[in-house]
Amino acid sequence: MSQPTAAGVPGAVPAEVPGPAVGTVPDTGTVRVPPGQKPRTGVWWRHALAVLALVWALFPVLFILSAALNPAGTLNSASPVPTAFSFDNFSDLFASQTFPFWSWFRNSLVVAGLGTVFQVFIGAAAAFAFSRLRWRGRRPGLMALLLSQMFPALLAFPALYLMFLKIGDVLPAIGLNTLWGLLLVYLGGAMGANVWLLKGYFDTIPKELDEAAKMDGASHARIFFTMTLRLVAPILATVGILAFVALWGEFLLASIFLLDQERRTLGVGLYSLNLADRNKYFGMFCAGALIASLPPVVVYLTLQKQLIGGLTQGSVK
Amino acid sequence: MSQAPVGQPVATPPWVLAVKWLLIALTLAACTYLAWLAVEGGSWLIVTVVAFLAMSVLVVYSTRRGITMKYLLPGLILLALFQVWPIAYTVATAFTNYGDGHSLSKEEAIEAIQAQSVRPAPDSARYGMSVAIPEGEEIATAELSFLLTRPAQEGATGEHVVDGQELFVGTLEGLEPLPVEGVTLRGNGTIGAAPGYRVLTLVEANERAQDVSAFAVPVDGDLGIKAATGTQAFVGRATTTYNPDADTMTTLEGTVYVARDGNFVPQDGQGPALPTGWTENVGLDNFSSIFTDSTLRNGFVKIFVWNLVFPLLSVGSTFLLGMLLALLFNDPRLRGKGIYRSLLILPYALPIFVTAIVWAAMFNQDFGMINEVTGLNIDWLGDPWAARAAVLITNLWLGFPYMFLICTGALQSIPTDVREAASVDGAGPFRTLWSVVMPLLLVAVGPLLVASFAFNFNNFGLIYLLTGGGPFDATNSQVGNTDLLITFAYRLALESGTPNIGLASAVSIIIFLLVGALSYVGFRQSKALEEVN
Repeated sequence: MSQPTAAGVPGAVPAEVPGPAVGTVPDTGTVRVPPGQKPRTGVWWRHALAVLALVWALFPVLFILSAALNPAGTLNSASPVPTAFSFDNFSDLFASQTFPFWSWFRNSLVVAGLGTVFQVFIGAAAAFAFSRLRWRGRRPGLMALLLSQMFPALLAFPALYLMFLKIGDVLPAIGLNTLWGLLLVYLGGAMGANVWLLKGYFDTIPKELDEAAKMDGASHARIFFTMTLRLVAPILATVGILAFVALWGEFLLASIFLLDQERRTLGVGLYSLNLADRNKYFGMFCAGALIASLPPVVVYLTLQKQLIGGLTQGSVK
Repeated sequence: MSQAPVGQPVATPPWVLAVKWLLIALTLAACTYLAWLAVEGGSWLIVTVVAFLAMSVLVVYSTRRGITMKYLLPGLILLALFQVWPIAYTVATAFTNYGDGHSLSKEEAIEAIQAQSVRPAPDSARYGMSVAIPEGEEIATAELSFLLTRPAQEGATGEHVVDGQELFVGTLEGLEPLPVEGVTLRGNGTIGAAPGYRVLTLVEANERAQDVSAFAVPVDGDLGIKAATGTQAFVGRATTTYNPDADTMTTLEGTVYVARDGNFVPQDGQGPALPTGWTENVGLDNFSSIFTDSTLRNGFVKIFVWNLVFPLLSVGSTFLLGMLLALLFNDPRLRGKGIYRSLLILPYALPIFVTAIVWAAMFNQDFGMINEVTGLNIDWLGDPWAARAAVLITNLWLGFPYMFLICTGALQSIPTDVREAASVDGAGPFRTLWSVVMPLLLVAVGPLLVASFAFNFNNFGLIYLLTGGGPFDATNSQVGNTDLLITFAYRLALESGTPNIGLASAVSIIIFLLVGALSYVGFRQSKALEEVN
């Protein structure tokens, strides 16, 4: 929801992206050198440009870090590089009564965590039906599901607002201003999200395995739970990463749903902190922003190989 | 010639069956509870939905037939309730005037107008009043009641009379006597505590001030008991009455109001309408006002153009930078690519609510980092063109790692012999790049560029958090210079002084139509559909 993903488009990335160990890829560089010509010497200019790219990519990150560690804690005293070192902003943030940072963090974990689990499970079940079972309406069903992805629920936010206002009158536990209502909306698109990616990967598992299991008298549920789900674990991991990072960063619906400070997620909460006073609380904001960034960054950096591998494998049938 | 024996049939373990039936039972129990709550709340729509839900769960999971449905049902239900239905509801709302002062049905609006007009009746009785809620519930949401006291007649006794005060409890249903047992009175004769109730202090009651002042305990006919002060209530009479035959409202002074366009307006056209209006169908008015209202139309055209230019430039710039970096790194002699790539991916991994707000701070004119480092003095977020540039710069930073990743992947999938053939034919490196590599690359990442365009078309988070849609021209506070349709609709629905959800829904529908057209083009371009087997 917060980033474009390859998942949105059918047949995405018909390519192979290797993991960090790029040294093993086919030698494509040499073809630039026509036969008979001397190979260009050195790669120092590539390194120079790469370092330039790193500066461009990292200076805002450095700015967040330096602002978070700046003891004065205001925007007008923040500098591009760290000049002083203190954890005052962190302790101020954790001690704040007005801005319950750890409640936000917990809410984000609950919404993104549960949302990921359900989204992956619902998506896997749907992909099993589309890939393994034969039924009338399968093809149009898949089309309709893909089409539904073009109209995410967030475009219908006026109606969602009214709808949950009314639901809240009757069922306060899932009305506006509740995490559960928000979670339900997030799950509305669970079946369609990544269904293409999932189905593509499911299709690569040989059907003979299912047939053998059926011969042994295994029921469809047994095949699904004990065999298929294990075989498709890599794509489930990929879809899980995409879902978690998207839910973690979702802002629009969360800002409509979550009104009380105690019930907010990190995005809406940190936004309210910034809105309260852009200058005074900037150090606290950056301290919170650093912690809020940790889960997706850790997920990306440790799992980038699975992520990219899954994206490519799923689309190449 | 005997057949090889088929292995021992795999029997379903009993605990699996037990879990299955337990889950079905739990779902049905939950549905029953929800239905009961919905009946209490009087929402027949929710009762119907819940009943349908319970039925389908029972039908699908308790029989052996319809295996496919067993795998699709949970997702389908969620899809229908929380994605398809809201979209249909948005379409329906777009043809109404729903919004501030138009959020009730006509019956509710008539009742509200009458209740608001309640004034003390001549010689009306006064009550001592305490606001109370059921014990153990939250102040913010609990149902209110008034605990009332009235001086009893001389010498009266009974189980509702204590210390010369007769006790009542008033709810929306009416007035009932309150048993004295366990009740304590305060010095001013109001109730300080009563069993089963939590009496709110004045400060606590103030949290619900609006509800308290709107609260009326119905008694005989048009009389109602309303709060006068924090501790007193009076019996009053509605001064504005509804005449169902003529569909008019008449005040005590004799002014007649007629129903028009979702409000009661004075019949003679003099003076303002009554404050509470109702929702009604307005046909295509919302759409036509977008195209005829001069401020709205000019603003809309501006938004529309920017809404197409912004994603186009964003996709173009991020793709260009990402591709150049991918080409730069596409050299096996370059060491440390893994580290470079892990660091370059960072902007993409950070949540938008962090990056957009930090960039907004960096663009601050007076003490932002951008002006400080470059020595410029640009009012980045205050000048329309500078703000658009700021949005594009920020999105370039946010989006280039993604393009870098997919271009790297695509470059590696281009077979080496194609390049070799080009160089054998005498093409230099740039010619090879331009005529051979680029076309192949574009074919590979084309669908992703379309997806990126579609995403940025509705990139609410970036615009809302970075510029808030602003800066705003002095002449038009509704339409900002970096507004997208989605941020514009959000402001219309939730943030303007007079929220207009009907109009916001109409804008949403325009977004639907545009997204539909875009994805149609995208689908046609992509061959993916043919691959469904």
